[in-house]
Amino acid sequence: MNMIQAINSAMDVMMARDSGVVVMGEDVGYFGGVFRATAGLQAKYGKTRVFDTPITECGIIGVAVGMGAYGLRPVPEIQFADYIYPALDQLVSEAARMRYRSAGEFIAPITVRSPFGGGIFGGQTHSQSPEGIFTHVSGLKTVIPSTPYDAKGLLIAAIEDNDPTIFFEPKRIYNGPFHGHYDRPASTWAGHPGGEVPEGYYRIPLGKAAVVREGSDVTILCYGAMVHVVASTIEELGNVDAEIVDLRTLLPLDIETIEASVKKTGRCMIVHEATRTAGFGAELAALVQERCFYHLEAPIERVTGFDTPYPHSLEWAYFPGPVRIGEALKKVMKV
Amino acid sequence: MTVERDRSNLPPLSLHVPEPRFRPGDTVDFGEIEVPPAGAQRRPDTADKASSFHELAYTMVRVLDEDHRAVGPWDPKLDPDTLRKMLRSMALVRAFDERMFRAQRQGKTSFYMKSTGEEAVSVGAASALAYDDMCFPSYRQQGILLTRGWSLVDMMNQIYSNKGDRLQGRQLPIMYSVKDASFFSISGNLTTQYPQAVGWAMASAAKGDSRIAATWCGEGSTAEGDFHSALTFATVYRAPVIFNVVNNQWAISSFSGFAGAEATTFAARAIGYGIAGIRVDGNDILAVYAATQWAAERARTNQGPTLIEHFTYRVEGHSTSDDPTQYRSAGEPTAWPMGDPVVRLKNHLIALGEWDEERHAAQDLELAEEVKRSQKEAEKNGILGHGMHQPFETMFEGVFEETPWHLKEQCQQMLDEQKAAGL
Repeated sequence: MNMIQAINSAMDVMMARDSGVVVMGEDVGYFGGVFRATAGLQAKYGKTRVFDTPITECGIIGVAVGMGAYGLRPVPEIQFADYIYPALDQLVSEAARMRYRSAGEFIAPITVRSPFGGGIFGGQTHSQSPEGIFTHVSGLKTVIPSTPYDAKGLLIAAIEDNDPTIFFEPKRIYNGPFHGHYDRPASTWAGHPGGEVPEGYYRIPLGKAAVVREGSDVTILCYGAMVHVVASTIEELGNVDAEIVDLRTLLPLDIETIEASVKKTGRCMIVHEATRTAGFGAELAALVQERCFYHLEAPIERVTGFDTPYPHSLEWAYFPGPVRIGEALKKVMKV
Repeated sequence: MTVERDRSNLPPLSLHVPEPRFRPGDTVDFGEIEVPPAGAQRRPDTADKASSFHELAYTMVRVLDEDHRAVGPWDPKLDPDTLRKMLRSMALVRAFDERMFRAQRQGKTSFYMKSTGEEAVSVGAASALAYDDMCFPSYRQQGILLTRGWSLVDMMNQIYSNKGDRLQGRQLPIMYSVKDASFFSISGNLTTQYPQAVGWAMASAAKGDSRIAATWCGEGSTAEGDFHSALTFATVYRAPVIFNVVNNQWAISSFSGFAGAEATTFAARAIGYGIAGIRVDGNDILAVYAATQWAAERARTNQGPTLIEHFTYRVEGHSTSDDPTQYRSAGEPTAWPMGDPVVRLKNHLIALGEWDEERHAAQDLELAEEVKRSQKEAEKNGILGHGMHQPFETMFEGVFEETPWHLKEQCQQMLDEQKAAGL
């Protein structure tokens, strides 16, 4: 399966298991979504469980919160993560705090799916990585898969979870792993171990990172499409034995895996596509510094997107690809 | 190439900035407000199309006339016991407000909001709805809880954020949440409850339930995007929901003109959405009851949503943190042409021969005593800032269903700090 099919399969499995699961969003019904992630679900589960919505993100999330309060388990789709901002108040002030402010009387068991990230010539309105905004909010979980297998298992766990979850899907790798070079096509998921996805139910617990490559020189913390960019860069360079940690869930964060890895390798690099300042990499760097300082042999390096809006024609200069990662590795290994 | 045009002979544009009719020191004359006679408006069948009674969004449905009689097709024809019950609930809201306002002034809590003059809006609606219809209130509908017979002590515990507060001292006073009384958790962010009520109503409809949802916001916050998203969703899916806009004329110090009241009514917002819109005299509890009952029947028979504008007046300040003497004429509350909702129902019952001034005075005394007794009871659990609060660890509970490591660490840090400080 590719990642779209895996995500579709996760919703299919959960809708079959739990009649409270409803899928809603712009174009998700009859058409099956602009990325086809919800294809076939309306035909299978009916219009009252899979339906198109008006184009109002605050409405979509607000309605989902109300449905959650009733006892359903809504899975709203925001068509592109760039359009999640109109829904911010419902996510941040409402969904995130519903359990806390009502002392558990009302909960918001919603899973907000949204394609995010760049590298598809989507310009500034179809490319952003806003995960850092949500990790800053108390009460939200933030999940980002890097393979179809993870996407399905994590999405099932997110839908089953009783807390509101932001599920960001790296659209650059919907159809196959991505190696970071603009002039090379993405390969397909066929043959990739992460592309082998069981048909039925399985879950990957939220808050557990995956060590996708063991190594002894440096720990590289990354997630989403960057996992593949980092892995191919390490393979291309061939001279660094890096341990690659795919965080999978940014919040709750698997601090144990991070700490154990950095203490083992003595070096740490953080790679994400989102803008740099106050990005999630800053939090990771601070945590590693607090917990592993006496084990570090070099300053922590951050490789990120730049602090500019996403530039359409220059997106490959913006994107943290193998060149930028390679330069940062030189710095972190030199000391 | 751009075309140069000489605009020198065009008159300059001007910007209209609304201004309320009266400021402090002004003499109030509400003569401009059109108050149609009670009983004058038709009552459409609840199955009628919303487009067939647009005039109801521009006029005002009134039941109680100048002689304290209930007249016209909207008279809900309630029995005297129900009327007395509603009178008692309104009087209880007023007594509760008085006591809690004073408690705030005595430093026993941080904040309070009275609903003086608007008691009919919440009591009338709650009386017409079923107990298990879900209410998504704003911050001035405590009358719903009191009408539903909810414990005064429980509400006061919340206001004091004390160790008896079911919300564990996490919410600003008056931001109740009472799932058992079908009363949704109140948010301070305006009108966020509107799409939530629609979502709840949609879920109820999708599940083939028979319960409906109702929600309230002030006229000022109809300007919020959530208001318009909610109305769009509601009309698209014909959600069984009642939208209540409490037009109490003032959003803190901004008069209703800043939400668009100079150009149209708030009930008329419904028309553009194809939703049933109706404007009622919000100080006439029989009109509020009748409109709610009518809207509920529409919702329950899959005729979709209704928007009710309650035309009323906020007699007191916005909250204990507000001083209305600084921005509006002191004469407004007494000059308000729709009268006092409690007095109007009382006079109606007296006119029916079902009530008298002595019984009313006795009831007021009894309610004041009940509120006082409840206050004493609640204060046994503590008042704000006097140490009888929830255990410190509860601060970290319930952010998530299971507490993650970083919150556990921060909790331990707090406990260690307090130990080190000898607390």
